[in-house]
Amino acid sequence: MTGNAPFLVVGVVFLLGIYAILTERNLIKIAIGISLLEASANLLLIVLGYRTGGSVPIFTLAGDVKTMVLPTPQALTLTAIVIGLATSALLLSLVMLLYRHYGTLDVREIRRLRG
Amino acid sequence: MNWQVHLPALALAVPLLGAFLSLVVGLGGRFLRNTWMVCVSIATTAICVMLLQRVLAGGTMVYVMGGESWNFTLPSGLSWPIRIIIQVDAFSAFMAATSSIAALAGAFFSLRFMDKFTGLEKFSALYFLLVAGMLGMQITGDLFNFFVFLEIASVASFGLIAFWRDRPEAVEASFKYMVVSTVSAMFVLIAVGFLYGRYNAVNIAAVARMLHMGYAEKIALVFLVVSLAMKSGAVPMHMWTPDAYAEAPAGVTCLLVAVSQASLYGLFRVCFTLYGVTAGSVVIPWTIIVMGVLSMFIGVTMAVIQKEMKRLMAYHSVSQIGYILLALGVGLLSLKDPQAMADYGFTAMKGGIFHILNYTMYKGLLFLSAGAVFYSAGTRDLNELGGLARNMPQTTFMFVIAAAAIAGLPPFNGFVSKLLIYQTTFAVYPLLAVAALVTSVLTLASFIKVFQTAFLGPARKAFEKVAEAPVSMLFGMAVLTLVIVVVTLFPGWTLSHLVEPAAKALVDQAGYISAVMGGGL
Repeated sequence: MTGNAPFLVVGVVFLLGIYAILTERNLIKIAIGISLLEASANLLLIVLGYRTGGSVPIFTLAGDVKTMVLPTPQALTLTAIVIGLATSALLLSLVMLLYRHYGTLDVREIRRLRG
Repeated sequence: MNWQVHLPALALAVPLLGAFLSLVVGLGGRFLRNTWMVCVSIATTAICVMLLQRVLAGGTMVYVMGGESWNFTLPSGLSWPIRIIIQVDAFSAFMAATSSIAALAGAFFSLRFMDKFTGLEKFSALYFLLVAGMLGMQITGDLFNFFVFLEIASVASFGLIAFWRDRPEAVEASFKYMVVSTVSAMFVLIAVGFLYGRYNAVNIAAVARMLHMGYAEKIALVFLVVSLAMKSGAVPMHMWTPDAYAEAPAGVTCLLVAVSQASLYGLFRVCFTLYGVTAGSVVIPWTIIVMGVLSMFIGVTMAVIQKEMKRLMAYHSVSQIGYILLALGVGLLSLKDPQAMADYGFTAMKGGIFHILNYTMYKGLLFLSAGAVFYSAGTRDLNELGGLARNMPQTTFMFVIAAAAIAGLPPFNGFVSKLLIYQTTFAVYPLLAVAALVTSVLTLASFIKVFQTAFLGPARKAFEKVAEAPVSMLFGMAVLTLVIVVVTLFPGWTLSHLVEPAAKALVDQAGYISAVMGGGL
């Protein structure tokens, strides 16, 4: 039985993401942290909609299926994945521009705005 | 049946259409693109003002996307809504009207302000996308849609802040804003997940009706409050505000001010409507009040020492957000107790909501006047500027009005809303009122500094040939000045006809729920 294990994974991935964003000094690693955060949110939604032994939530030609997983979280997750794709692409292109301007990916050196 | 029932949908459809078509219209040259930008912003503002009128006259409006009929909230006899619902009550309509006016002013201002740059069809596309996201956040009745519009608004604003991408500072500011707002958007999504897991619904009214406090709800509440406070620029996470506001083009900054209000709107919608009295009357209200006081004080002390005009004003945004948080925190504090609500809570909320209107107007105007100075004189550094009142009399005039309003000098509108906040916070805890007063004094001090160094003083050689800002920029500023003057002249009318219905709508949780759950059949 899996039980609550998926939620544990969500928590671990979430914490890893937060840890990476707070402590990493490399911009790419910060971007990876944000992606981890997105992954944990998506996983949370999917896990919430799962019903033990459930099948795909498609009614057409479904046969005699007793339980189906919830369709709404899957729709939400799809939307969230698309949004995540857009933000990741934009994030990485900003990282690229920053590297071009500053010649480094180290956050400690990208500090022209302060005070 | 008349067409006005479709106003909530139009408020989203018009700016979205404007965004995607401006890429096509932009092919037709500059004149066409500018005309398009003006038309779409005027149409959006007109729709939002009509929406406000209709909501004030006829009560909360509900609009069902993709249903058989626009008001069919509970299809097939179900007891919970399954479609996407837009819900506009007086508070949403008030916010939408306020921020669409700021968007109109920013659009007019940007026509000439951006004329030295290329890629302007992309600029106007992102601009209207940001407007659509902002209005969506303010009128949606659905938690997940709130997240979607939040992300639309965020992605558009990353692009706009980094629009001058040859400036390293702009890209740096955009990156900072991006990290903060992506993290906060993910927090919102996780909170939505928790609430969905408990109640199988994402509609605000449906969740609010069933909500009773448990661990999952507490976690969701913490995630929502933290993330929306982050997005609105309150103190613990305020460091993105000065960078993003100062580095974005001035017309965009005017809009970003309105967008931060949309996050505040979300915060109050969650606290008052979604959770209501179940949010408890100690921890969450006091957290918001303490955040408010810290934002006020830290924001203004950082502002006093700034040497760059827009950065200084951006720190003032942090402190003004503090006022609003403080006032509505006091309202939340007294939500459980009808006596306290009648004594000071409701007045505090009126003050806070009035301050939202005032803040959006004068802050937008201040950023626009800083942009006009930058456009004409070519610098924003207060050490270099001086004596510009001779060259730019109109800009100076409007700057003085805005500065007097933000400093809370009587009889300006900022004074009225601040007075309401002082009076009511004093009833809760006198020190809060003292902090608000000190902040106000420091605000006055720093704007006297800006006025004195940039506009007064001897004429400088470097600025001899500086001319007044172009007409379209002045027009954008005049829109906001007009609103400030009208609100200043008729504070009583504004309070009783615009602010009070909005405050009532915010307190009236049952009314919000019954507009969706009450019928539709």
